Parts: sequence; C-alpha cells; structure tokens
Amino acid sequence: MQTLRYDIAAPRAAGGTRTIALVGVVASGNLEVLLERGGPADRCTIEIATTAQGFDDLWAAVTADVVAARGGGGLRIAINDGGARPDTVALRLAQGIRLIEEPVA
Amino acid sequence: MSSNPIRQSWYEASARARIAALVDPGSFSEFIGPEARETSPHLPIFDLPRQFDDGIAVGAATMDGTPVLVAAQEGRFMGGAFGEVHGAKLTGLLRAAATLKRDVVIAFDTGGVRLQEANAGELAIAEIMRAVLDARTAGVRVIGLIGGRAGCYGGGSLIAGCCSTLVISEQGRLSVSGPEVIETNRGVEEFDSRDRALVWRTMGGKHRYLIGGVDAYVDDDAAAFRTATLAAFARPATFDPSVLAAEQTRLEARLTQFGSAIDGRDVWTTLGITDAATIPDLATADFLAAATHRESADDAR
Repeated sequence: MQTLRYDIAAPRAAGGTRTIALVGVVASGNLEVLLERGGPADRCTIEIATTAQGFDDLWAAVTADVVAARGGGGLRIAINDGGARPDTVALRLAQGIRLIEEPVA
Repeated sequence: MSSNPIRQSWYEASARARIAALVDPGSFSEFIGPEARETSPHLPIFDLPRQFDDGIAVGAATMDGTPVLVAAQEGRFMGGAFGEVHGAKLTGLLRAAATLKRDVVIAFDTGGVRLQEANAGELAIAEIMRAVLDARTAGVRVIGLIGGRAGCYGGGSLIAGCCSTLVISEQGRLSVSGPEVIETNRGVEEFDSRDRALVWRTMGGKHRYLIGGVDAYVDDDAAAFRTATLAAFARPATFDPSVLAAEQTRLEARLTQFGSAIDGRDVWTTLGITDAATIPDLATADFLAAATHRESADDAR
C-alpha cells in the first residue's frame, strides 16, 4: 500500500455549505473519494491510498488537472483507490467537488 | 419514492442510494459514517484497499414519520462481505434497536464472510444473529431486503433466516452456499454455476417466494421495496416458542413434500402450479397470480 499526498494551489474555493461528500466505491477499476472542508481557501489537499505502485507522476498530473479545472480550494480530499484508470479518477474527483458544492436540500 | 415517475432500480443502486430511496427524504442520519474512518484492521495486512465505511452504512431515519433504524451493505466493495468492523456496525445497530424498541430494516447485499478476516467475520455473524433474536425478543421487527448484485449468501443468509420478514426481487438470490461454492465442492454434475437459469431456479427471488423462504416479492424498484417494508412494519412482531415450533413444523413438512425434487420446476409442480416451466418468464403481476399456491411462513417467522 502506498500513500500519496498532494497540496495543490486552487484557483478558487469550493462553494456551498455541505461539510462532507462521498462518491464512488472501492471496487476493481473504481475508487472512493471522501471530501471534507479544511485548510486554506486557496489550497486543496489530496491524500491517496493505492496498492498500484509507481504511478505517482500520473496521480500528480490528474489531481493537478482536476483542481485547476474545478477549483476545490478549502477541501481535504481522501481517496481509497481500487485500481482506477486516470479518466475514472478525474471524473470521480469532479463528481465529488460538484456534490459538496450542491445546495443543501 | 412514489412521487418520482422514474423507476429506480434497487439492483443497480448503491447502499446509500438504497437508504435514500427507502426512508423519508432527508431523514437519514448515519452512525459511524465514512468521515469516522473506522476501517478494517485486517485488509492492510494483505495489502488490500480499505473503504471508509467498511462496506456498510447504518443509521437512524423515519419511514412515513415513524422512527426506524436502517442498515445497507455495499455489494460492490468486496462483494458486500462481512468483516470485523462491518459486522460490529450492524451488531451495534441491532442492540440499539432492542434498547430503543425501534424496528430495523437491513438491505442485504453480501457474499458472506470476508475471507481475509474470516475468524472476526464468523464471530460477527454469530453476534449479529444473537442481536437479531434479542431485538425480536424485545418486540422489535427486523426486516430484510434482498435484491442486490451480490445476493444474500453465506453468513448473510443465516442472518436473513433470523429476520421477521424478508422481501425479495427477481434479481435477489438467497442461499447459504453460492453457485460456485457448490460446484467447487460437489462437481459440475451436481451444480453448474454458469447455468444462470438453474441458479435462479434454485436460489432466485421467485423460487424463494414460492417455497416460503421469503415473505414478499416485489419488482426491482426502490419504491416497491419501500412499500413492502412499510407493509412488513404493520405485521405482528410476535416472537415466542410457538413461532419457532411452527417454523420447525413447516420446515419438516417442506422436506417431506419436496425432498425428492431435483429441480426448482419439480418443486413448483408439486406446489400445484399448472405450468411450472413458464414461471421464470412471468412478469411480476402474472407471477404473483400464479403464486397463489405458494407456501407461506406467515405464522412461522
């Protein structure tokens, strides 16, 4: 098991007031993303637990891409990876950021 | 929900989506949610990924305004299998139910015990079964819902067997041993696990409903599961020696009646269904009409 940590400059803070969001599931080719509030409004921290070794550069690129495109400042994001492909990771992160920004029903 | 014109598949839904569709909107409050990170202590030993909720969501909610406790297993995480934490969350919920005198609904979606934490998982099954029976002794109803992709197998099926009422869909499967387990142990001549029709004739929702293994049969529709759950809450919560004696009598009679049947179709014919071979093809309304001869466990669970 490898743990990767990224602290990324976010172009804008995540909106909304939800304190937590959870998307995805730990299954083959999938991943679980837990989003919580915390940290400076212009930083997004992402912690990844993965059993697939040697993909650090790919994780760094995908997470940086998503934060640049979707914001996510002031979020602490935790990921349990089930061997997801980069496109799945990007979609799940985008889904999670959108969910935590959703108005409370 | 009934106001939603789009049918939501129970089979396809996640554990949390099932809870959301089952209970009153916005009423669910989770105990030991994913943010608590109460994860499996065993999986890291095998270098396997953990899930923040260990594959089960438990909490309190209301249904038609009545407070209930609810649990849902996530069948996609390790086949919904029971590990130490997963099991402890369900045990705790059932103990709370006995204390609070609140009915419980459990959405099963499990292959049984997680092999990587077998001893802890088996102990969890025993604890949960005891907790179900303690809750029922306290006058609480424990309703089991079966219609997920993993079915309800192994220890999960033993827990289901202790419930007050079971609701199943056609997609649901209920059995102690799964198809692959039977084939591995007894050979392909005994049971061909790749024969999907055989699997469903032997442990599928329709068969289990016909032989009284479950009490209600519904469409693969979250709203239908909700309606059936509410109906189950309206049934008596009687749990005493007479109920157990009636169940023993029913099971003995079942063995006598169906003991020589080698296929689900033989069982259905013995039940008095005229065209048993058509059962798997029938839509819900037609199936329920054909199922009037079904065995029921109404006084025996």
